[in-house]
Amino acid sequence: MEITTPQFKQNVTGALADRQLQRALSHVRGNFVGKRAAAAAALPEFEALRDEARNIKNHVLENLDIYLETFEKNVTRQGGKVHWAATASEARGHILDICRKVGARSATKGKSMISEEIGLNAFLEESGIRPVETDLGEYIIQLRGERPSHIIAPAVHVNADQVREDFRRVHTHLPPERPLEEPESLLAEARAILRDQFLSSDVGITGANFLVAETGTSVIVTNEGNGDLTQILPRVHIVIASLEKIVPTLEDMSQILRVLARSATGQEMSVYTTLSSGPKRKGDPDGPDEFHVVLLDNGRSDMIGTEFQDMLRCIRCGACMNHCPVYQAVGGHAYGWVYPGPMGSVLTPQFIGVEKGGNLPNASTFCGRCEEVCPMRIPLPKMMRHWREKEFERHLSPPAHRRNLKAWAWLAKRPGLYRLFTRLAARGLWVLGGAKRRTGFLPMAGAWTRHRDMPTPEGGTFLAQWKAGRHRTGQGTGGAS
Amino acid sequence: MSRDLILDKLRRNAAGGQSRAEREKAVAKRIRSASRGVLPAQPRAATARVTQFMEKAEAAQATTVMTTRTGVAEAIADWLRAHNLPAEIRTGKDERLKALLGGKAGNLILRQGPSDGTDTTGVSHAECGVCETGTLIVLSGADNPTTLNFLPQNHIVVLRRSDILAHYEDIWPRLRTAYGKGQMPRTVNMITGPSRSADIEQTLLLGAHGPVRLHIVIVRD
Repeated sequence: MEITTPQFKQNVTGALADRQLQRALSHVRGNFVGKRAAAAAALPEFEALRDEARNIKNHVLENLDIYLETFEKNVTRQGGKVHWAATASEARGHILDICRKVGARSATKGKSMISEEIGLNAFLEESGIRPVETDLGEYIIQLRGERPSHIIAPAVHVNADQVREDFRRVHTHLPPERPLEEPESLLAEARAILRDQFLSSDVGITGANFLVAETGTSVIVTNEGNGDLTQILPRVHIVIASLEKIVPTLEDMSQILRVLARSATGQEMSVYTTLSSGPKRKGDPDGPDEFHVVLLDNGRSDMIGTEFQDMLRCIRCGACMNHCPVYQAVGGHAYGWVYPGPMGSVLTPQFIGVEKGGNLPNASTFCGRCEEVCPMRIPLPKMMRHWREKEFERHLSPPAHRRNLKAWAWLAKRPGLYRLFTRLAARGLWVLGGAKRRTGFLPMAGAWTRHRDMPTPEGGTFLAQWKAGRHRTGQGTGGAS
Repeated sequence: MSRDLILDKLRRNAAGGQSRAEREKAVAKRIRSASRGVLPAQPRAATARVTQFMEKAEAAQATTVMTTRTGVAEAIADWLRAHNLPAEIRTGKDERLKALLGGKAGNLILRQGPSDGTDTTGVSHAECGVCETGTLIVLSGADNPTTLNFLPQNHIVVLRRSDILAHYEDIWPRLRTAYGKGQMPRTVNMITGPSRSADIEQTLLLGAHGPVRLHIVIVRD
């Protein structure tokens, strides 16, 4: 899979200048943030549930080996089969084997980020099996040959007029002059086309939001119902899930469900939460004949017991990216691999290596909003800091960056000199700012001032003001820092 | 092979200091006790729960109606007529539905068995409902095809009033009693409102792949 994370800076420049993208991103700011806040405020127990959800996953991660064995035992007891995959290529191999055994020509797919992580679609195509994405957003980006730009709203970067063009370009069996102005007509067209795919598919592949150890059950949470049609109509249902999706019991799943939809879309509950246990039973009039779970590690077991273990609590709700000023400005594709936003900035270096992914944990102001809204209370900024430290320790950051950090450290360790320098800098900026109290010119920071003005200091430094006792009156807060 | 590799690594890295035996005990206890965690406050009175169930389901764009045991067929026929839909429904062989619809279906045409996608309306019987969010619980089984919940354009679900529960956590002890501990029906559908998508410019549209309409018929018992 193509990785453009090392070109993050170029990606960002392109994203900021992309007018279609900027128009589409306004929907993220306008929708997700307000809805999540309202849903959280409407549930008095929301904060207590976040604590409970965090505790459940911490307990699971401390005993993941035992829970996985329990899960496997119970899947087998229900008549299903678990396939273990240490790597992405092993997971792809398992899936291809299962497809080949039943002579599958096509596979319908529910939305799955793990499928993106292992590059499943391209691999199936090369192997002669046509993958058909059935989530509306995933279907749109499959037509466009793109990758999801958001983990729950994969086509959030696309506008309706672009979808209209794509449908006209690809659905050539339909009359070219058909009306597609209303969003409803776009949905109806996709529904009709995908309905045929559902009914003729040999294999259905879904992800999983939870794997319940107690019962060997896999759980998907959706709004469209595409995941359900994907798994009940074909002869074979394959679940592709990563190790950390485990919860001990159905009760534990219920606890986390309460924070999942509220954090993701601001719904109290998603439309369909579907629990699947094994293949169809004797006498069942529908459902798959075979039920497979492919369990993917792909480096996650290396995170257990390290400073990145907490990241494995992530339930992929997308709240961190919805609230991230960087994501809101550049969208998901700029991050250059599968997972965008703050959770992607922590996961990407883990999966593709810090030498390629180190740009991402640096692209943060550490404003802390991601941690504030994370339903699983993952300390995302702290983990990005860990990556920065690793990058610095391994001498991977650019020479100019390292030189500046060293210069700053040298200065910060000499208080007298530091005070003199900041006093002069504050004075200098004040002169530059003039009557407007802001400047569009900063030596050595042209990239920064190209997009905004720098507000200039109004008085002396913080230390000088503190000494002068002005803090008591609450005045003069504009010192250089 | 990969199985042992992964499990070995997890065993080495997991849980600071605790022995495998201690951890096994903790896991077994957790699964046995199935503790319920934090339960959001819900109305105490059964009537208030029913009212809240209906409000929440409607907030999720479902429609609801309350009727008696003898009024179910008519309630369904009325709703179909109001939406200008053919008086044809497809159901499973569910005994509960048969008891409610049998003989009294009036001019309703009843079809039985799984849906192949050509039916306009599917009718299911819910195992229970949860007033917290207006969520229906529908189980698969020999008499309850899952396709009925997803393929027809319209989905009608019959729910006994006394089966309206407070929390999701109240569902699972019922299943353990009915199916045995650790056992499950092939599919448990938790359904909250009709199918929808907001994938085009975050605009909410109903009827993405599943039903466009969800109608809940609550039966006084």
